[in-house]
Formats: sequence, structure tokens, C-alpha cells
Amino acid sequence: MGMIEIKDLHKSYQMGSNSLHVLKGINFSVAPGELVAIMGSSGSGKSTLLNILGMLDEANEGSYVLDGVPIKNLNETKAAQYRNKFLGFIFQSFNLINYKSAAENVALPLYYQRMPRKERQEKALKYLEQVGLKEWATHLPSELSGGQKQRVAIARAMAAEPKVLLADEPTGALDSKTSYEVMDLIQKINDAGNTILVVTHEPDIADMCKRIVHLKDGVIVEDKKVKQVRAADYV
Amino acid sequence: MFSRDRWKEIIEVLTTNWFRTLLTAFGVFWGILILIILLAAGKGLENGIRADFGDIATNTMFVWTRSTTKAYQGLPIGRRFSYTTDDVAAIWAEIPGLRFVSPRNQIGSSEPNVIRGVNKGAYNIYGDYPEIIRQDPLTITSGRFINPLDIQESRKIAVIGQGVVQDLYEEGTEPIGSFVTIQGVNFKVVGVYKKEGNEGNQNAQKEIYVPFSSFSKAFNRGNRVGWMAITAQDGMPITAIKEDIFSLLKKKHKIAPDDKRAVGHFDLYEEFSRVESLFGAMRFIAFFVGILVLISGVIGVSNIMLIVVKERTKEIGIRRALGASPFSIKLQILMESVFLTIISGMFGIVVGALFIYGINYVLDLSGPVDMFMSPTVHVGVVISALVILIVSGLFAGFIPARSAIKVKPIEALRTE
Repeated sequence: MGMIEIKDLHKSYQMGSNSLHVLKGINFSVAPGELVAIMGSSGSGKSTLLNILGMLDEANEGSYVLDGVPIKNLNETKAAQYRNKFLGFIFQSFNLINYKSAAENVALPLYYQRMPRKERQEKALKYLEQVGLKEWATHLPSELSGGQKQRVAIARAMAAEPKVLLADEPTGALDSKTSYEVMDLIQKINDAGNTILVVTHEPDIADMCKRIVHLKDGVIVEDKKVKQVRAADYV
Repeated sequence: MFSRDRWKEIIEVLTTNWFRTLLTAFGVFWGILILIILLAAGKGLENGIRADFGDIATNTMFVWTRSTTKAYQGLPIGRRFSYTTDDVAAIWAEIPGLRFVSPRNQIGSSEPNVIRGVNKGAYNIYGDYPEIIRQDPLTITSGRFINPLDIQESRKIAVIGQGVVQDLYEEGTEPIGSFVTIQGVNFKVVGVYKKEGNEGNQNAQKEIYVPFSSFSKAFNRGNRVGWMAITAQDGMPITAIKEDIFSLLKKKHKIAPDDKRAVGHFDLYEEFSRVESLFGAMRFIAFFVGILVLISGVIGVSNIMLIVVKERTKEIGIRRALGASPFSIKLQILMESVFLTIISGMFGIVVGALFIYGINYVLDLSGPVDMFMSPTVHVGVVISALVILIVSGLFAGFIPARSAIKVKPIEALRTE
């Protein structure tokens, strides 16, 4: 039983009178503990796929099962619950809330889980420690470097202990040195048994994953296991 | 709703842009301040005018005679006539619903008409029944007022005003029991009065009341009546029955029924109702203007909240990606709006109250002012203003909150 099971997924956008068919029947599954890179040029549909996986968008056709739970016909409240429980997001532009400290940002998904305040703070600190930013807990995002921000974002994604981490171009806004540091962190998290999907268009980043899925014009053109390049070797 | 984190967040959001928050709050603050000041000013005017009316029985009219303006039953135009004590009896007998019918006589005060020892003065002298004190109230400061026995026995007694005492008596002399000479007739002083209400009017303190019967005898009025003060029972407006009284008087004095001028009258009730409706209109205007100003403040809050939502589109998107439910987002925006409205509204109420307090303080220092007295706002008004604030805060937050939950997380996250 896979962590993610996708069958015959279709998605099209209505652009005025034209219909833009972005995903044309995607079939793939992800087993627990995998680290998958989704590659493709812009317009290949990789972001759309990630949005559907992240329940931020809905497919027109096809089925999506996440850890045995069919994701279908969700209203916003239900989708919010599932996102909170099942998924951790890592974005290209970090998307931290700029008036909240690093620790508060990490604690935010826990707040939506209605975890008590004290417990939340402890947990946030624990995850900040894991990404090596415990001393920065009280700092605002504006006081952090890009790499640090992304590490806070990763801590936030981890804090809710989701089943799957979804990373959308996690290194897109970073230089290569920090990119490798972030990838190193992602690899370590994966080593601990977490399932991670990384959307990227950078081949070197993709090579640091265990499996690469190539998307082109809305279909999977290649899906191969690769020998993982350890980011730690470059740091 | 009372979670510490939510409040922390509200404070955080509102303090992120102090200047904008203050400007927004000012709209609501100003609205509620204007509302309170307008209402207080209206109340002050109302109090002032009511004080001028004093404790006078407002369901009262005064009736006097004028010359006829129509020939009738062989009697000529321009004829003068007088009411008599028979008329009083007839009104009592034929008109139901009356409380007091007091015939009155008066001597004017154009030249000195009262002497006591070496002092003299010019005063209005009234011949009255005991009931007059309940129609045109005066406060007896010492002694007593006219009683029915005085009327029956036509006692030559007088109740004099404090102004008269000041004029005719040396400091420290006891007026009760002394005699004053009114147009050559001696009257024994049995009481001293003071009139409340017309503060500015010193003449009201310079009057002398004697029993109606004694007046008639002493000053040769026979059974004639100068004018009448007629008060109807509560719940029966004098305005409604005054035409019946006029008809009766016209019939008794052979006046053409359609002679509008022969019977002169002043209807206090009508006058008072007019003032009452003026008060009503003032309150309406105060509420109307105040609430309009408040609404413009509320629209300001709504506008700013919309901008805030727009600015926080991305943040809202992040929150929703992290699992915030639409309801939680909506609640957040609504609470921010209500909180801002209530805080600024409370501030407006407090400043308004201080302002009213200041005005009252100045009024107390400078003494009474015509037609204006102790402006106040009823607690009920303040409470309803608060309710209006909460409702308008919800209203102000509603549209922005709706637009906030319309934000699709995916679109929100795309905005860079």
C-alpha cells in the first residue's frame, strides 16, 4: 500500500473560451519513506500536480488516495483539516509570517491542531533545534538569512508531524551552497523515514533524491529510481 | 474566542501599523463622540426649557375676555363682557373631566399700591382660590397659603413673595402676623412664598395673593371674574375639551358661536406639546446626524479591513495551507474589526462623558444660562451606542471577512 496513490488524474483550466489541459492522465504512487523529485520545464504541470497533492487545488478527474484516505469532494474546512494533519508544505519563497518569530511560525500548524500553548512552544523549539536554529527562536523572519528562513519553514512543515512533506522549489530562491545545506536537511529528514516530494527544475537537486519523475506536457514521460547524491558531500 | 493567542494576534495585527489603526479608530471615535455630544446638548436644551416651565400644571389653559367681533341677538359688535362666579359653577356642572377651575382677579402694578410702615411698592395683587397653588406652584417658605376657610369667611389675609419681603421689611423683621395696606385696605400677612423655575424672573417673587372672596369685596369686583385657570384631569388633554368650555361661555354671555376672538385663551398643554415634539425632533436629529457620522466611521473601518485583508492575502493563504479553517480566518477578521470599533467607540464615549462633565462644571461655575441646563446622556443611550458599535463592528468586518475566505490558498501563495 503506497503513501500516495494517483490514478488517471486530469486537470484543465478554463481560460475564457479556451480550455487548458494541464494534466492529461497522471498515474503514480509513492511508497512510505520515498524521496521523489518531480521535474519538468515550466508549463509541464508539475506545480499543478503538487497543488492537487497538497489539496490546494482539485482534479477534474481521477482518484487521489493519501495513506488510505480518498481525497475527494472536500469542502474548505475539511481540506484545511486534512492539510493540517497529513501534509507539510515547503515553499520556494519560504512563506513565513513576517510579524511572528521563528518559534511562533513553527508553532502555527500546531495552533490549528488546537494543541495547548505550552506544548506547542516546546514542540516548536524541538523542531527548531533539529534544523539547527534553536538560538534564533525569538527572531523575526526579517532577521534571518534565506537559508535560515527555509530551515524555519522546514521546521514548520515538520512540526505537525505530517505523513508527507511537499516541497515546491525549496531551493529556488537560494544560492547553491545554501541549496545544498537545505537539501542535506531534507535528506536527513527523509533518512528518518519521512516521505518527501520535491518539485524542482534543477537537475543537481533532483539527483539528491531517490527517484525522479519527469513531467512533460501534462504526462509522465520518465519515472526512474536514481542513486542518491548526498548533499553533505558538497557542503 | 477568548483564547490568548487569538487576542495576541489581534493586537499584533492592529499594532503593526499604528498610524493606520489610529486613523481608522478616529472615524468611529468621532462618530460616537458627536452622537453623545448632540444628544447631551439636546437634553441640556430640554432641561433648560423644562425648568422654565417649572412645576406648572401643563394640562392647563387660561381663559379671559375680549370684545366681541360679531353682532349677535341684537347686541352690538365690540361689546365688552366679564365672566362671573356663575360661569365657574356652570363649567363645573356641565364640563366633565376637569380637575381645577380657578377664577382669578388681579390688580396691576403700574404705580405703588402696597404700603407697609414707611415703605411702599408696586406689586401684582391676585385674588385666588387655594387650588391655584397646584396649578401654578409656589413654595411656601414660612406660614401658610390661602385655605378654604379664608375664602368662606372672606378673611383679609395675604401671602406675599420673598421679593415683597425684601422691599418692604427691614432685615430680620418677621413678616408673618404683620399688616400690609393694599390700595387702602389692610391685610394680615400669613405666609411668604418663593417661586421656583423662572430663576431670572424677579417679578415672579414680587406678587401678593389674597383670598378671592376678600379681593372681590375689598376691591369692588362683585361676582366678576378677571380670568380663569382651568386644569383638566390627567389623561384628558385640556386641548380636547376647551372648545366645549368656549361654547358654554359664549352661550352664557350671548356671544355669536362663530366669534373666534371674544374668548381669549392660552393653552399651556398645546404649547407644551409643541415643545415636547420639538424635543422629539431634536432627539431624532441628534440620533440621525450622530448615527450617520458613526456610519461613515464604520465604513472607514470596513475599508481599512478590506485593505488589511488584501495586504494579508498571502498570510491568509499560508495559514490556510497550514490548516486554518475558513471559519477561523473569518472569526479573526471579524474580531479585529469589532475590537477596533469597540475600543475606539469606548474611547469616544469616555471623551464625550468628560466633555459633558466639563460643560456641566463650567455651567455650575458661571451660573444658570437661559434655555440650557445640565446636559446629560442617559445610560440607556450609552448602552445602545455600545450595541450599535458591536453591530457596526460586525458589519464592518463582514465584507472583508467574506473576501478573506474567498482567497484560495493556492492563489494567495502565488502573490509575491
